Order: sequence, then structure tokens, then C-alpha cells
Amino acid sequence: MSNATMGVPSSGGAQKVSRINEAVIRIAGNSQDGIQAIGGFLARLAGRSEQEVMTFMTIPSTISGGPSIFQVRIGSGEVLTAGDDADVLLAFYQHSYEGHINSLKKKGIVLYDSDHVVPKPEWQSDYHHVGIPISSLTVEAIGGTAKDKGKNIYSLGLIARMFDLNIPKLEKLIGERFTGKDPSILNNALAAFHAGYANSPSNVVETFQFSDSTKHGVQQVVMNGNEAIGYGLIAAGVRFGAGYPITPWTDIMELLRRELPKYGGSFIQCEDEIASVSMALGASFAGRVAVTGSSGPGISLKTEAIGWAVMAEMPLIVINVQRGGPSTGMPTNIEQSDLNIAINGGHGDAPRVVLAPANVEDCFYMAIEAVNIARKYNTPVFFLTDQGIATRIEAFAQPDLEKVCQDITPDFTPVASHKPYDLAAKDGVTPHVKPGTRILDGKYPIATGLEHDEYGHPSGSPKVHMLQNAKRRIKLQALGATLPLPKIYGPPEGNVLLVGWGSTEGPIREAVDRFRAAGDSVSAIHLRHVNPLPNGLENIFSGFHHVLVVEMNDEGLYGYGQLGAVLRARYCDAKIQGVNKTDGLTWKVKEIVELVKTKVRK
Amino acid sequence: MSQILTEKPMVPSAVTESATGERKGLTRKEIVADHPTWCPGCGDFSVLALYFKLIEKRKLWHEKITTISGIGCSSRFPYFVQAHGAHFIHGRALPFASGVSLSRPDLHVFAFSGDGDAFSIGGNHFTHTARKNIKMTLVVMDNQVYGLTKKQTSPTSPLGFKSKTDIWGAVDYPINPAKQAISVGASFVARTSATNPNHVLATMEAAMDHDGFSFVHCLSECVEFYEGAFDAANPRKGGAFNEVPKSHDVTDEMAAYKLASADFPGYFGVLYNVNKPTKNAREAEINATLQGKFAGLKDWQILQKTFDKMK
Ligand SMILES: Cc1ncc(C[n+]2csc(CCOP(=O)(O)OP(=O)(O)O)c2C)c(N)n1
Ligand code: SF4
Ligand SMILES: [Mg+2]
Repeated sequence: MSNATMGVPSSGGAQKVSRINEAVIRIAGNSQDGIQAIGGFLARLAGRSEQEVMTFMTIPSTISGGPSIFQVRIGSGEVLTAGDDADVLLAFYQHSYEGHINSLKKKGIVLYDSDHVVPKPEWQSDYHHVGIPISSLTVEAIGGTAKDKGKNIYSLGLIARMFDLNIPKLEKLIGERFTGKDPSILNNALAAFHAGYANSPSNVVETFQFSDSTKHGVQQVVMNGNEAIGYGLIAAGVRFGAGYPITPWTDIMELLRRELPKYGGSFIQCEDEIASVSMALGASFAGRVAVTGSSGPGISLKTEAIGWAVMAEMPLIVINVQRGGPSTGMPTNIEQSDLNIAINGGHGDAPRVVLAPANVEDCFYMAIEAVNIARKYNTPVFFLTDQGIATRIEAFAQPDLEKVCQDITPDFTPVASHKPYDLAAKDGVTPHVKPGTRILDGKYPIATGLEHDEYGHPSGSPKVHMLQNAKRRIKLQALGATLPLPKIYGPPEGNVLLVGWGSTEGPIREAVDRFRAAGDSVSAIHLRHVNPLPNGLENIFSGFHHVLVVEMNDEGLYGYGQLGAVLRARYCDAKIQGVNKTDGLTWKVKEIVELVKTKVRK
Repeated sequence: MSQILTEKPMVPSAVTESATGERKGLTRKEIVADHPTWCPGCGDFSVLALYFKLIEKRKLWHEKITTISGIGCSSRFPYFVQAHGAHFIHGRALPFASGVSLSRPDLHVFAFSGDGDAFSIGGNHFTHTARKNIKMTLVVMDNQVYGLTKKQTSPTSPLGFKSKTDIWGAVDYPINPAKQAISVGASFVARTSATNPNHVLATMEAAMDHDGFSFVHCLSECVEFYEGAFDAANPRKGGAFNEVPKSHDVTDEMAAYKLASADFPGYFGVLYNVNKPTKNAREAEINATLQGKFAGLKDWQILQKTFDKMK
């Protein structure tokens, strides 16, 4: 429990109450135990209590369930990551106990189900052990048949007691979660919760209280990255999408399928990813800027059609929730190895936009930005997230929806004439005139994947190909010129600059904090616009001796990682180096710190 | 705001408007775009000419139709039509056209395809677009060969056809497109031949009027790489153009399947035609139900309701 401050003896005498700023709780069990639900309750409670929260979970790769963890970090101040090490480990089984004890801080508390776990004597001195027969006490509280469902809620009661959490708020959350179902289910849940709360094991020597949050009067919403993208797209005005299921993208398509009809829109489940991207492009062509998405292999399948979108200059949002590759790869693990396919995937020179949100809140707002870039520049926009950000829950200030929501219903006002691929257009940006629009001079455009003249009719002229290639490039260069430079985290000059992109912003910042606390001169920037890059990064780089690109992908043949290679190509700067890993897990802060040290030492 | 699926599909859109006397139907000159790049004598010319006729006859306006295709000689079609169009990628015209159809109930969506485009690389899309009964008309110009890539075996090439990929004669059993369409759930299936203009026009018109996925299998000779392929169906070349018997019940799936199975050149005309709810209608129904629950709310207010549950 970092920042644990003054121990206050409680009135009972034996237990002490410590005020804390934050806590990391890891719940380890099997996925069917509903451990995600406990984490979800804690995260939402934090959101309602104006606290910051971040979660991390692993999904078992088999459908029948299997070992799974959910980690929650709740803080009264800023929370950047889900935490390297836990303060409290709740272990349901022997495998949970043995497999996760080393993720617990020394002297941390392990709460274990003594019905299933036999503690190891050799660990007794390092960790504070608290055994509770969680399974049998749950049976006692709510009866045998409900025990598998109630164990998690019982444990939530235990945690609530230990951290002096707001009981009425938790009861309300439980009530909301189980409304509409059979009332006995809600009653059982509350009974289990209260039983857990009432159980105060004699060997719990310490309970905790969170300091007041530094945020005040902020209404927060709590959701994961996939949800934030789905709702961001709806706020952006997107009303059509098409997809094919694949983990971890599927949640987004399920959400859109369920939600879009409320807004008069539709999300179509297709026969495969090629059909999905094609159908989305059909809708975009028809005037409804559409979304498709996938993960891993599904992205590979979409590349030909994305090339068409570049050539035909059609707006399109492609969500790529990255997972470990290549091929079927590591379906439930985290990786940032699709930057290359996002920027370059497909044949030919096919420039397109690539955005990468840094956190859950960013997923919401950047989805809107992505839609607006796609519309303005008539280009496909890749939206790169990953398995980590997809499933992690964060609380963020509720968006002002009345202001944020857009209406992008297409306009069919007749136009006098139209050249879809006008070479004289400013910055190479031409509007898309949709079917349904009358063109008064009687010359109608063809959206085409063949190289074409200004009206969209095929042209094999070398000159035309060069000019149209330039048009497709120039418009993205024009976009690049409008993009803001990332803010520097830390001083603008120093020894080491860490460069990250996508979901890794939190651990990188925390690594910077740790370095600076130890007196090392380290700063960081985070790129959210990855292609095109904003201009002027060289001015930031020039303030540092080392520029280290921190990415969750392989260092590659030449040793720079995927973004590292792009930055090297653009800036020809030998001080740009890669800090890479592909273990399928989010960065731990200490891993970044150690790898950076070895790079800088070399 | 975005009532994208709830508008009524507009059947013969222009007819109603021209009745006001404001706008006349298009003349052939107004519909013609680029001069076709096809070889002289290619069957596809005839299909194009009849598409123009259809537009003229039914008084369809430029902005009310979309002409969509994949890749192949036949798929060059949209360039030759003066209307909004899209020349998409090989084999994927149907999902693209579905995106247009499902988001724009006000448009007539026509897709033109070749035998390779529709039944080989696009075979799976053919199945699923038909099964979902997505409203559009698909005309496949079947020349039983790959034309654009210069004479390879196609999925409809007959056994023994000598192509550059089967110099000894094709060894793979061909697809019977009409049979396949019926078996995967197409709600309108017809066969015609480019050599019989009146028949092509009547068939396209019936297809256009069908509320659902309408499939027109049109024999269209490739004079360059498979000359004489359809002589057996052409009375001028000594063949027989057998029309679907008057007694045939187009709603009888088994009878249609049997008729479609007749040996080449088989029967021409509408083989199967049933009305069943389109995907367009089903999606509109889902929307109407859900939108009903939020009647009177602006979009941001609907989203706010969801966010209120996420606190
Ligand atoms: C993905 C892909 N593979 C292959 C091709 C090459 N190709 C273009 S058209 C075609 C076959 C065309 O045959 P068909 O669909 O029968 O049309 P036709 O030219 O006979 O009218 C092929 C193989 C392509 N354009 N794209
Ligand atoms: S190659 Fe065959 S199909 Fe292609 S245009 Fe020539 S005749 Fe027609
Ligand atoms: Mg062909």
C-alpha cells in the first residue's frame, strides 16, 4: 500500500486503521468464479467515489474457463497503471495462491480460501496470511446451490470490511447489477455480501481507509476500453458497421450490434472479415461513415479492401484491438505488433491514418477524432488498441454528451459538378459526393480501385499515377501539419527520453516518476497520432542524449522495434533505440526501468 | 436524425416524381458514359445496352441508382454508366453492395459480376447475401471463362474446356449458378442470355421489381476466349432458347431446382420467385422496436441514459 501513512489505533485496540492513498488488490481464481465481477464492483465504486482506478485482467484462452486474475488499483490521487505488485492477494485455489504469491509485495496480505488452499510454511514470514473458509461460509450464508455464484460477492464483503469501503454505495451497485432478475438472486447476493462484511477474522491486524480523493465534484463514468470505443463511435455519429467475431475485438461489435438500432443504425455480422470491411465501405460510399474492426488474422484479411479505400478515397474506421501475432498467435495476450500492418499493410503505396489512444478515456474521444479525420480527408483510419486497454476498466469524467455528440447524417444537396479526384484540390483533399446526390452537369463519379483520372475513370498514364499518388500522400501530410506535438512528461531536456504509443502511457509515466525520484534525468512523450506523425518531434528529441522507444513488440531484424524503425527512418538519428518485449503481458514499471538502464549503460 | 433503416424502400422511385411533370426520364445519351473497353462482339455490350434501356424505360434517375461491381471484364460495367457507381475489388461486389443497400433504402442497388468474380473468389459472399435476402439485383455475366486474365478455367467452365490452366481440358465439375442460388436461399432466380435482348430486359425488370435478393444468371459470350460457348442456346446459331414452361410454379422450390438442373443450355426465364422478408426489413423492424423505447429522445440523451448506468 504505497503512501501508507500514520497508523491510527482503532477503538478495538487490536486492529490498527491505516490511512492510505491507494491500494492494489489482485483477485486470483478461475474465470467462472465471477472474479471480474468483484473487480468491476470495486472499479465502479471508485468511480462513484471520485477516485481513480485502473484494472488489469487476464482472460483464459479456453472457453471452459480456467485460471484468471483481475487486479484493481484504486487511488485517491493519480493512478497510471494497474500496479506492478499487489498489496492484497485474494486467492481462491491452491494454484491461485502459488501462482500469484510472487506478485504480492513483501509483507502484503494474502487472503485465501482455507477450504481450498493449504498455505506454505516457508511463505509465512514474507506475507501476512489470513485464511478464511470462504466456500463454506458462503454456503452457510446463502445455501449450497448458490455458492459458486456467491463466493465472489462474499469476498467483496471481506474486502469492503478490510478497506472500510462505502457500504450503501456497494449495496446500490449490487442492487443495480441484479435488478430485473429473480429477486431471490439479489437477496442472495446481498446476504453473501453482508456475511462477508460481518466476518472479521481475528488475525486481521490492520484495516485501511482511503484518504479523501483529490478530485472533487467530478461525475465519473466507469468502463473498459472496448466500451469506450463503442460509445465514442456512437457519439461521433457513426450509424453503420460490419464485423466478424474474434477476440478481443468481439466485445465492440456486440456492443454496436446491441446499441446502434436505438439510434436508427445497424451493425451487421458478416460471413468473414473481407465481407465486413467491404460492407462497411459500401455504407461509407453510400454516405454513412462506417466502422469495421478485428484483431490479429482478421486484420490481415481486410488489407486488400483497405487499399481500395485509400485508392478510392473513402472514409472508413478500422478498429484493430491488437493481440499477440503472427497468425493465430496469442489470442488473449497483449502485444503492439500491428503497427507495421496498420501503417503499411497491403500492396502498393497506400498511405492511411493510424491513431492509438493512450487510455480508456482517450478511446472515447479519439474515436470521435478518428471519425472526423476519416470524413474530412476521405481516408481509412486505423484505430490501434490492444487486449490490455480493451479489457481494462478506468473511471473518467463523464463527457458532456450534449456537446460531444455529433450528427453526421449525409447531405445530398445537388452540386453543379464534381471531380472526385480533383488534382487541383487544396491539400489534395476532395469531398466524397454520395449516391443520392444530383450532379447537375450530368457527370457522375465512379469510386474506383483502378488508378484513375480526376473523374474516377481508369487511367494507365504514368503521369496521372504519379500525380494521384502524390494527392493521396499530400492530404495526409496536410493532416500531419495540423497535429499537436505531444506534451513532454518531465523536463524538456535531459538524459533519456522515453517514447511510447498506445496503451503503455501509464507504465511509462510511472517509470519516469520512479527514475526521477531516484535522481535520474528521464522524461517521456506519448504518441497518439502515429501515422502521420506530428511535425517537430526532432525538436523534442534534440533535448535528450537518448531516445528510447518503449514498445510491446519484437526488436525486429535491425533492433529498433516497429515505431522505433519508423522514427529512425524519419529522423536518421542514431540515438533512437528500442526497448522491446513480447511476453504477452502489460509492461511492469520495473521492467521498463531495468531495460532502460541496460540500454543507457551500453 | 439518423433514421437510416426506417425509411420505406422506394420502388420505381422516379415514376412518382416524374408524374408531377417536373423531371423527365433520362435519355440514352444522358446515361452513357465511357465507351466500353470490351472486345467487339463481347456479349457484355448487350447487357449494358439493356441496362440503359431499363433505366430509360423505368425512368430511373442518375442519383437514384448505384452500379457496383467487382473485377473482371464484365465488372468494368460501372464506368460505362453515367450514374453513381463503384468498381470494387475482385469477388467482393456483393458485400459492398449490401453496405449500400442496408444503409440506403432509397437507392436501387445493381451489382454486375462475372462467373469467376461471383462464384469463385466471391462464392461465399454469394451464399450469404442470398441467404440473408439483402435487397439488390445481381446480374452475373457468365462467359464460362476468365476473360480479363485471358482464358483460365472458371468455376462454370464445362468439363473438357481447354484453357491456359487446363490445356488438356477442364477436369473440375462446374457450378450450376441457378441451382446454387436456389439452394442457398435466393428469393428470385432467373436465367437469360445476352443474345436475346427482349428476354434480358424483361428479366432485369422483373428482378428489379423483386423485393429481395434477385439473381440474374446471364449467359454472355466471350468472343475472344470462348467463342461459341452458348451457340446451343442461340436459335440463330442452330440452338434452342427454351423458355421456362408456362405451367411452372415459380414459388415451388423443388420444381425450380429441377428446372434449373436441366442439361445445358436448360431453361430461360424466371425459375424461382418467392416473397420473404428481406434483411433490410428485418433490420428496420429491430430498429423500430428499439427506437420506440427511446421515442422523443435526442441521440445524446439516449447515450446519456446508458452512461447513467455506468457510474
Ligand atoms: C484478389 C485478386 N485475385 C486475382 C485477380 C485477377 N483477376 C482479375 S479478374 C479475374 C477473373 C475474371 O473472371 P470473371 O469474374 O469470370 O470475369 P470476366 O473477365 O470473365 O468477365 C482475375 C482472376 C484480382 N484482380 N484480384
Ligand atoms: S476478353 Fe472476352 S469477356 Fe473480355 S471483353 Fe473480350 S470478349 Fe468480352
Ligand atoms: Mg468470366
